[in-house]
Amino acid sequence: MSVAERLIAPKAPPAPQPQAWTGQKLVGHSLMGLWVAASVGLFLFLVGSFDIEKIRTYGPDYLSGLWITLQLVIMAVAIGALVSLPVAIGRMSANKPISWLAYAYVYAFRGTPLIAQLFLIYYGLGSFRDTLDALHLWTFFRDPWNCALFTFTLNTAAYQAEILRGAIQSVPRGQHEGAAALGISRWITFRKIVLPQAMMVALRPYGNEIILMVKGSAIVAIITVFDLMGETRRAYSRTFDFQTYIWAAIFYLIIVEALRNVWAVLENRLTRHLKR
Amino acid sequence: MPISKAFTLAASTALLAVTMSAASAQDVVRIGTEGAYPPFNVIESDGSLTGFDIDIANALCDEMEVECEFVTSDWDGIIPALQAGRFDAIIASMSITEERKEQVDFTEKYYNTPPAIAVPKDSDLTEATPEALAGIALGAQSSTTHSNYAEEKFADADLRLYPTPDEYKLDVASGRIDAVIDDVIVLSEWLESEDGACCKILDTLPIDPVINGEGAGIAVRKGEDELREKFNAAIQAIRENGTYQEINDKYFDVDVYGS
Amino acid sequence: MPGFLTTWFDPFCGPVGLFSLFLSDSLLACGDAGWGDEIAGGVLVTVSLALATLPLGLVAGFFIALAKQSNEKSLRLAANVYTTIFRGLPELLTLFLVYYGAQIGIQQAMRAMGADLVIEINAFIAGMVALGLVFSAYSSEVIVSAFHAIPRGQYEAGNALGMRRGTTMRKIILPQLVRIALPGLGNLWMILLKETALVSVIGLSDILRQTGVAARVTKEAFMFFGLACLLYLVLAILSSIVISAIEQWASKAEMKR
Repeated sequence: MSVAERLIAPKAPPAPQPQAWTGQKLVGHSLMGLWVAASVGLFLFLVGSFDIEKIRTYGPDYLSGLWITLQLVIMAVAIGALVSLPVAIGRMSANKPISWLAYAYVYAFRGTPLIAQLFLIYYGLGSFRDTLDALHLWTFFRDPWNCALFTFTLNTAAYQAEILRGAIQSVPRGQHEGAAALGISRWITFRKIVLPQAMMVALRPYGNEIILMVKGSAIVAIITVFDLMGETRRAYSRTFDFQTYIWAAIFYLIIVEALRNVWAVLENRLTRHLKR
Repeated sequence: MPISKAFTLAASTALLAVTMSAASAQDVVRIGTEGAYPPFNVIESDGSLTGFDIDIANALCDEMEVECEFVTSDWDGIIPALQAGRFDAIIASMSITEERKEQVDFTEKYYNTPPAIAVPKDSDLTEATPEALAGIALGAQSSTTHSNYAEEKFADADLRLYPTPDEYKLDVASGRIDAVIDDVIVLSEWLESEDGACCKILDTLPIDPVINGEGAGIAVRKGEDELREKFNAAIQAIRENGTYQEINDKYFDVDVYGS
Repeated sequence: MPGFLTTWFDPFCGPVGLFSLFLSDSLLACGDAGWGDEIAGGVLVTVSLALATLPLGLVAGFFIALAKQSNEKSLRLAANVYTTIFRGLPELLTLFLVYYGAQIGIQQAMRAMGADLVIEINAFIAGMVALGLVFSAYSSEVIVSAFHAIPRGQYEAGNALGMRRGTTMRKIILPQLVRIALPGLGNLWMILLKETALVSVIGLSDILRQTGVAARVTKEAFMFFGLACLLYLVLAILSSIVISAIEQWASKAEMKR
């Protein structure tokens, strides 16, 4: 028993003071009230304009649009990951022309809007039909879906290459040197020592990139690939019912939130050995 | 537009972004149109609007003794823009259909022409039947009666929807799509022009009153009966005094009013 | 005189402009013959939109960041709901929601209040608001992490000197915050510049819209869309020069050790 406890008799903790209505609390509560009111309003709006006929007509269109969006994003991100490997290696290469070329590619695709790239590839390549025909590439570029996939792949590859490069370069030199001192070959060092650490760093940016792709894909309807957003616009232009946009917003928010939560779980699991 | 003018424009858009105007001021009627649908309404390279719709609108405004101001809007958003009060009437070759009538009120038609299908000159297609068009890439402008027509009648075609006719023209010229469906006048005008050299009309399609409606009318906000009736009277008047015929002959060899 | 100045220093169509000097016989000529002046106007609209959105997004982002730092749970929650929504929605959808939705909402509110007024939200304002919402959601995250990078001791030092909370914020925290947040905000500016291209979809005559019109009319799609990409690249390069100059300037204030 310590001295303090003997001298001072234990006492109950002071009663919690009633929280004053500070300015912050007032603002916070009123903003939350606004959000709640907005969501109740939206809910009532959706219930009020509920129309089984519309859902029967446009529901399947929405689902097919959703499927197109998901397919496009998954394929673009996966193929983009493959393309990004040589680009990232090129970026880190000691060979000046190669690294310069990789840099130019990355800069061009990251410095221009995705929608401009999409137009350039879809309509721009359309004017070179004869050349493309001669190269037997026209059958590929004739299809709007292929053009969209091609553009998105090149775009995400540029971003992914930068993520990869940043992650690999974030691994301290000491790790390479340590492996070299142990006589481990360069390839094994890369695969077993550098890459796992780099992936840990790259995990979060990769997640963000996928989310950016989901959101960025909303423009493909402009080149006649009817994704979730395209079906939404089509439904709106036939019904002029604003709930079509609300439904699209709900769908997109669910996709993005689901991705974010999956990523949070992934990150938690993969980095648990780093926690203290 | 020199950059100084563009700058003033940008600055004034920014400053006067939230413009308020009393809805009751009827002396200026703001007319919404698309500006991408030659020969009916088109924006010239100097920025001015021309076309059949525009001439008709000007004639109607003269007749009604009001000043008209044109506002361009994308086709997709033209009805919401009318409802939101960006302008008071749409004169943009809009077909009078049941679906649209739920949203806006229409005047009587001011012209009525059938849809048609155009194909590249070397196309193998010989007829415009659902069987012949099955599986081919068919372009149309989205949210038009023509795209609805294609959806209903040529359900097996691979329908591609474009924001404006300009885009399907680019794609049919490059061979990305095999055929396009649109108003026969719009297609013939294009085929007569230099860029339309690629293509020919395959067939003119019969008007389906359920899909194509009663022809093109002027749309006004629901309940604006006064304006609607003024337009109706003006259409009647220019039909009778020959102004309509004059405008018709300026653009077309045939009578587009229909029976 | 500003009219004279912009005419004279117009980088595209002025007397010493790019298009007027080198491309006067091409499709990019200025005046009625070519598309040079239209596209130059488009560049101006793009730049003005991005510049007009920036202060809006920064100020909103700063207050949202403050809300996220608050001790008050409801305030934090409200701010988090905001960022969840505007970081989750595609920018194009946000733009449509603002352009059509806000217009309908205002219209109904006006009607409910019995006011016979038409309040119009044009494409420029809709773009500014929509991009501002998105920008503020992202910039609040950057600012929050910048706040985290400032040690508590800085606030305590302010207290110890008898400064009021506002003064501490203004004189001690903000200058450091700006320096720390600059790279992140610079990145967001680049993203904003690219996102302005989406506003062409609702009809604002920006770079993409003007080049698109030119491409369709002249059938030179590759050239004009290529030009659009090039113009965006130039803007990005100019921005990065300006941003690194600002970063240099900000780091001058850093204590030399």
